[in-house]
Amino acid sequence: MSLVKKTRGVGDGGLAANLGRRLVLIVPYAWLILFFAIPFLIVVKISISVQRDGRPPYEPVFELADGFIGAWESVQKFSMESYAAIYADRIYGDAYISSVWIAALATLCTLLIGYPLALAMARAPRRWRSLLIVLAVAPFWTSFLIRIYAWIVILKDEGLLNHALISTGLISEPIHIYATQGAVLIGIVYSYLPFMILPLYNALEKQDTALVEAALDLGATPFAAFRQITWPLSMRGVIAGCLLVFIPAVGEYVIPDLLGSDEVLMIGRSLWDEFSTARNWPGAAAVATVLLVLLLVPIVAYQRSHLQTHGAAR
Amino acid sequence: MKPRFSFGMIAILLAGFAFLYVPIGLLILYSFNASRLVTVWGGFSTRWYVELFSNAQLLTSTLTSLEIAFVSASLSVLLGTCAAYALARSGAFAGRTAFFALIYAPLVMPEVITGLALLLFFVAIGIERGFWTVVLAHSTVGMCFATVVIHARLAEFDMTLEEAAMDLGARPIEAFWLVTLPICAPAMVAAFLLAFTLSLDDFVLASFTSGPGSTTLPMRIYSQVRLGVSPQINAISTLMIATVAILLLVARLLTGARAGK
Amino acid sequence: MPIPLIQLAGVSKQYGDVRAVDDVTLELEPGEFFALLGPSGCGKTSLMRLVAGFETPDAGRVLIDGRDMQGVPPYRRPVNMMFQSYALFPHMSVERNIAFGLVQQGMAKGYIATRVAEMLRLVKLEGYGARRPEQLSGGQKQRVALARALAPRPKLLLLDEPLAALDRKLREETQFELMQVQRDLGIAFMLVTHDQDEAMAMAQRIALMRSGRIEQIGDARAIYERPASLFAAEFVGEINLFEGEVVQSGEGKFAIVQGGGRIALADDTPLPGPVRIAVRPERMVMSHLRAGSYAEFAGVIADMVWLGDLTVWRVRLSDGRLIRISRSNADAANAAFSRGDQVFVGFEAQSARMLLS
Repeated sequence: MSLVKKTRGVGDGGLAANLGRRLVLIVPYAWLILFFAIPFLIVVKISISVQRDGRPPYEPVFELADGFIGAWESVQKFSMESYAAIYADRIYGDAYISSVWIAALATLCTLLIGYPLALAMARAPRRWRSLLIVLAVAPFWTSFLIRIYAWIVILKDEGLLNHALISTGLISEPIHIYATQGAVLIGIVYSYLPFMILPLYNALEKQDTALVEAALDLGATPFAAFRQITWPLSMRGVIAGCLLVFIPAVGEYVIPDLLGSDEVLMIGRSLWDEFSTARNWPGAAAVATVLLVLLLVPIVAYQRSHLQTHGAAR
Repeated sequence: MKPRFSFGMIAILLAGFAFLYVPIGLLILYSFNASRLVTVWGGFSTRWYVELFSNAQLLTSTLTSLEIAFVSASLSVLLGTCAAYALARSGAFAGRTAFFALIYAPLVMPEVITGLALLLFFVAIGIERGFWTVVLAHSTVGMCFATVVIHARLAEFDMTLEEAAMDLGARPIEAFWLVTLPICAPAMVAAFLLAFTLSLDDFVLASFTSGPGSTTLPMRIYSQVRLGVSPQINAISTLMIATVAILLLVARLLTGARAGK
Repeated sequence: MPIPLIQLAGVSKQYGDVRAVDDVTLELEPGEFFALLGPSGCGKTSLMRLVAGFETPDAGRVLIDGRDMQGVPPYRRPVNMMFQSYALFPHMSVERNIAFGLVQQGMAKGYIATRVAEMLRLVKLEGYGARRPEQLSGGQKQRVALARALAPRPKLLLLDEPLAALDRKLREETQFELMQVQRDLGIAFMLVTHDQDEAMAMAQRIALMRSGRIEQIGDARAIYERPASLFAAEFVGEINLFEGEVVQSGEGKFAIVQGGGRIALADDTPLPGPVRIAVRPERMVMSHLRAGSYAEFAGVIADMVWLGDLTVWRVRLSDGRLIRISRSNADAANAAFSRGDQVFVGFEAQSARMLLS
């Protein structure tokens, strides 16, 4: 393969250079294994542990001093208790379903808002485009918390929106949006919009505008041209954008906590409550494991979409 | 040749950007409100800013946050540059797909999961939580963002440039130092800023991994926000937005000046 | 008299302060092979886009088949276009690309299948129907684009620099294929090109454009032999230019050629006054001896190029100007002229074209 050959040709830089070349890969690789992969294994391990009072608040705990026999005794303490609890308690199932539902709905809304915006940006005169990109991404650089806070100020019963609507006489009673599922949706859409716009813009900007013209020329109405040409050709961007919004949104904690209420069930909050309020670490770990399994397919799909664009293009 | 840009498109852009910017604009506007009520305009005032600067707790947290952000952004760029270079240059190696997966997973992983995993990891290996555990957490996520940003730049730059340098007698290390690094510099600046803001902004990871004495600014803001809206938060927000805006502007000027040469 | 297929009446189009198309009037007959020729930026592409409906004129009218196209979008116009980049839909097979226009018209499935097969046969791509555009060579893509544009039976096919992306050998072959297809189908073709050879080889009539205006319309021979302007003379083919003055005397009209004597002119030549005299290289005469019967200059052969079918000499006149002369190599006398020879070059009255400006 030409790939391998190329590497070899460049890599003949003596021992020191070869070592350097290896370190460049090994250090970040090892870092991610240590601080990302292994912690997940520990989550799985603790999810089959049992809650107890003390530090740490779970058992078994492996100590070197216990020796082999002690370790074996500890292993026997593992149990599926936490998973059984998740299965038995309807609140978890509801929270998972509701999280996926809210995230899916928010993803759809983000797509509906983001697509026209990304399309308009991609079709704008060339000299505007880099400015438009900066404008679309800039809110992402401002604090996430602050942006959620801004919506509290706007959506509260006595907030700016109701104040404005009442003072213009459009409504007499405040609309109740804050602390509802609607507010959570708005918060997710608002926070994640840049993540949707960027991949969409990248996909749309690459499209040759002559393709749409060719479709129009061949008798397609503007809508037909969009449906048959623009949309299918932007599919890769649509998928990447949707996954980029959907996956983190399912596990979102801050937005439902600040903009929602206890009635807006989301699994991120359940996990948090389990962990900090109930101090049930095995329970929280089990909730996290199930969530991870749930998200495995979209996460792998997301990685594959990147592997296709970057990995293969190399 | 010149596709006409319709009014419909302009309307979409205006509406879209209004949605993105009006909330932030309102936030800034009301930070100068003399009234304590967020919805009633009581005249222009900077009293919330004055109050802010006498809030010692907040100032300490800000300092902590800035320190964490600086250290973790530096680590992120260092690790990210290595990872991006490895991805772009090492060709096919065993576990390349796994490495790719490890880079991309943290980008989308819900923060509660990452946070919990890191916390349980720190407890399991017996590390006391504090400043450095937050730095480790932020660096881990930050390096993945940095890798993606730098890799994008490396992927589009011509590998033959490096080969040409070596052909002209540069050793691999020199070629990297003299050719690759200067070309990647703008991406590294961007990666640093990205990792820096992500760290400065993070609430979930920090709450899992910080210990007593390392309370970050977002954690303080969060507890205040949960207590209810207050113009003081608007004031902090405005200052943070201004800082980011200035940083972005400086970065743009710096990289723009370079690119112009 | 049949109505013209396309009528452009005083059409103008402005972009910012650039007049891309400036008061253009022209007509196309059904079944005609017409070419818009001009340098890049002359407005030929804009004019074509006005016909296709991608642009609307600021002034003037575009009529197709006698129908005013004002407000008619591209998808309702009976013209199709072959794009310079081919603009093949990358996510569709060759078959689906070709069927695209027919699907939009809501044709029956059976008809579409037959028509697609017919088109594939026409462009000699049988068996390629299932391929994707990225699996085709440049020449094959070009033919798919042609088939796609022809499938809905347009009244006019617009071809935007159709050969620009092909290599030289393929280009010539494709020229003949396009002409064959055009003759067989009897559809009017409007070719847009900056390549004079392409236009002259294929088109029955050529409109030469410059800065948004039409300089000259006519068949290839007319433009080549009787260029209407200096621009036309220089843009199409090689040309030698001489300064001169048209005078009227008792014996008739003459042109005094600066430094080269005089030639008699036909009576219908325009006004007396200063002119540029244009002569094609193959119309020049060259000899070792002074002939004296026509405009003549002494010079030295500066260089010569043997091109197989003909030989081109460049002769440096005493005032330093270079004159170009070409002769078919069927003429055995060519061997007598080589570099450094003292020669006399000139032209006869009927070879010369008087141009104002």
